[in-house]
Amino acid sequence: MKPVDVVIVGSGVVGSIMAMELANAGLQVVCLERGRMVDLQTEFAKPFVYDELKFDRHSDIFQNLSRETITFRNNASQTALPMRELGSFKPGEMVGGTAAHWGGNARRFLPHDFELRSKITERYGEAFSPKDSTIQDWGVTWDEIEPYYDQFENIYGVGGKAGNLEGEIQPGGNPHEGPRSREFPNPPTRRTPHGEIFAKAASELGYVPFQGPAAAMTRDYKNLYKVMMLECHRGGFCSSHVCAQGAKANPLSAVLPALYKQKTFELRALCNVIKVNTDSTGKQATGVTYIDARGREIEQPAGIVVLASYCFNNTRLLLLSGIGKPYDPQTGRGVVGRNYSYQTGGRVHVFFDDREFNPFIGGGQVNTSIDELNGDVIDRANLGFVGGAYVNCTNPGASPIKSKHVPHGTPRWGAEWKKAVAHNYRRTLGIHVHGSCMSYRDRYLDLDPTYKDANGLPLLRMTFDFHDNEVKMLKWVQEKCIEIAKAMQPASYHAAAIRAKYSIVPYQSTHNVGGAVMGTDPATSVVNKYLQSWDVPNLFVVGGSAFPQNAAQGPTATIGALACWSADAIKESYLKRPGPMM
Amino acid sequence: MTHAYRYLTEPEVRFIDAAVSRLIPADDLGPGAKEADVTYYIDGQLAGTWGVHGRQYRSGPWLDGTPEQGFQSRFTPQEIYRIAIREINTYCLATHENPFEQLPVEKQDHLLKALEKDQAELPSLSSKLFFDLLWRNTEEGFFADPMYGGNRGKAGWTLLGFPGVPSGAYREHLDNSEPYNAVPVSILDVQRGDAQVDAEGFVKHVMLKREGGK
Repeated sequence: MKPVDVVIVGSGVVGSIMAMELANAGLQVVCLERGRMVDLQTEFAKPFVYDELKFDRHSDIFQNLSRETITFRNNASQTALPMRELGSFKPGEMVGGTAAHWGGNARRFLPHDFELRSKITERYGEAFSPKDSTIQDWGVTWDEIEPYYDQFENIYGVGGKAGNLEGEIQPGGNPHEGPRSREFPNPPTRRTPHGEIFAKAASELGYVPFQGPAAAMTRDYKNLYKVMMLECHRGGFCSSHVCAQGAKANPLSAVLPALYKQKTFELRALCNVIKVNTDSTGKQATGVTYIDARGREIEQPAGIVVLASYCFNNTRLLLLSGIGKPYDPQTGRGVVGRNYSYQTGGRVHVFFDDREFNPFIGGGQVNTSIDELNGDVIDRANLGFVGGAYVNCTNPGASPIKSKHVPHGTPRWGAEWKKAVAHNYRRTLGIHVHGSCMSYRDRYLDLDPTYKDANGLPLLRMTFDFHDNEVKMLKWVQEKCIEIAKAMQPASYHAAAIRAKYSIVPYQSTHNVGGAVMGTDPATSVVNKYLQSWDVPNLFVVGGSAFPQNAAQGPTATIGALACWSADAIKESYLKRPGPMM
Repeated sequence: MTHAYRYLTEPEVRFIDAAVSRLIPADDLGPGAKEADVTYYIDGQLAGTWGVHGRQYRSGPWLDGTPEQGFQSRFTPQEIYRIAIREINTYCLATHENPFEQLPVEKQDHLLKALEKDQAELPSLSSKLFFDLLWRNTEEGFFADPMYGGNRGKAGWTLLGFPGVPSGAYREHLDNSEPYNAVPVSILDVQRGDAQVDAEGFVKHVMLKREGGK
């Protein structure tokens, strides 16, 4: 293959934005995507897109595990076994990547999240962080990343109300958010009857409810790349689905239409990258090797290589390519695969006898939130845990297979179950807990010694479980949510049991992070603050893989902001002086 | 039989009809799973990609693992249904001299609970593995779009008050607390031309007058 300036692995939220920014700068960019090409107008057309069974249960836009999966165990004393069916999370596999079917939850992290280790130590002392935790600062600070959150929000048309404009607290927004340089590009979502009940109860208890930022259009909107997206119709079928209306911003609706017009851009679908190639010194990437649609092994030389795939694949490609020192949990040394983390969650379901809702109307991430139980908003001196959660009441559009909640004690099936389902489907609301997850010495990713993918390459192995810190945090947040539930004066409520042990079976979130984390020290990070490999300066590893630990908010806006930030560093700094950026 | 079954045998159809009648029974709230053609839905699922775990990882070694590690059976759903139904009926014949579908409903419920709790010893596989698949498929068949063969007459959606394919009117109704009650519309209805569609492709719902829901 003819050499190009930049080869990008993956066409999801990171790959599409970085391709756009670098092609805009005049670089010749090739993007390699393992999944297939899609046509929004036909594959996700009305009414076929409103198919819960197809998209949520049997989706052919999620990763095809028959070719590649991961293996999983709770701890290193167990034998990891393959994740044979999807459950806990749903990585994507098509042009547009995982972000194609995200829910549109476009929240920023808190300023404190980027300097977690320093801020916790500063306020509570070194000994306060959980034992064996490997939490660390990101290397990038709020003030540095804020303009790139703004850029991402103007690409993804995020709707919301600022709560803090350049340090001035604004009514109607989240008073705890970091100072933002300007208002959201689109207005906030309207508040649903569910949201009203939650907001009233939360306000009575002293919380400050606001409409959570959402990347489904709250009006017809032309974005930074001059791509038009239409106002959301609130028909549900968002997460796991691709929007028929094109109202949910994702790589397919917000970026690729503009990118396809770039003369210096080429997208090659059905091309699965298996290795990043380096020269004899091992300090310079020469390009990548991929297997194309016809099964041919092809080398694509490039001046710059960007790994822009899901957290698992970014980490796995580094391990398969022998770039960076693999993490060793025994010694704590090595970096690739270190600090894998996830997110934690909980729910309190509230049941009413005297109210009836329209739970199927919603979607586009309509939610009413509070942020008082999150980050450094909490004074944790007497609580004994790090991290926190944001809490919200959402209207995702209650789809009939998976959204039937019944009061505690209802049998799982039979006549009583049927009666409870019929009574409660339209008389319930959920208070949802979205919690952070720290990283720990014994939670990591490496290559599996036994199981292989369809190409004969080792699968990635996940060793992960929750630690006491997370369970303690969730219990505290859940107590607060029960207080909110009681303030609603419902017929009954039910707090879902908090799992002490992580299971790969029930869906939790597609918010897997870490494995190739960013930082300020090559001994504890794979990439520097610009997402540039410490070992191979013309290799950038961008995505959820870079999070040193996970905050409470959904990761996508932060992943998008990192893509904008890294692309800018390449354009403004790296291209002028190729080599390690300081 | 009202359907041509692609995978299930006649004794299997009788077993599933009986079992799903206990899982979601017909009563004064409306039809049950059997009446909603859930058995036919399950047949379609077993005959398709999912029935052979076409998108699942299927290489060994096969080890039991922990519950947290999820599905680890070497059997496909097709095989699990075939093996489990045969072995459950063998047990029913040995202990009650009748196949499952001819047992009194109390005995059927008792046996289903034993399967669910993994307390029924089947020679070849975990009874819970089978029960969990059966219950998952029953729920799907009762609430998925009728285009998949179940949810006949939109029985599941009518039970919930779920209107099916969304209408263009939802956006205006988002912050309205008035109950929105409409005759459910399926993808199948739209495909057959049995539902009206507006210029944007949203269906036009026919509204129902209802006294404060069910």
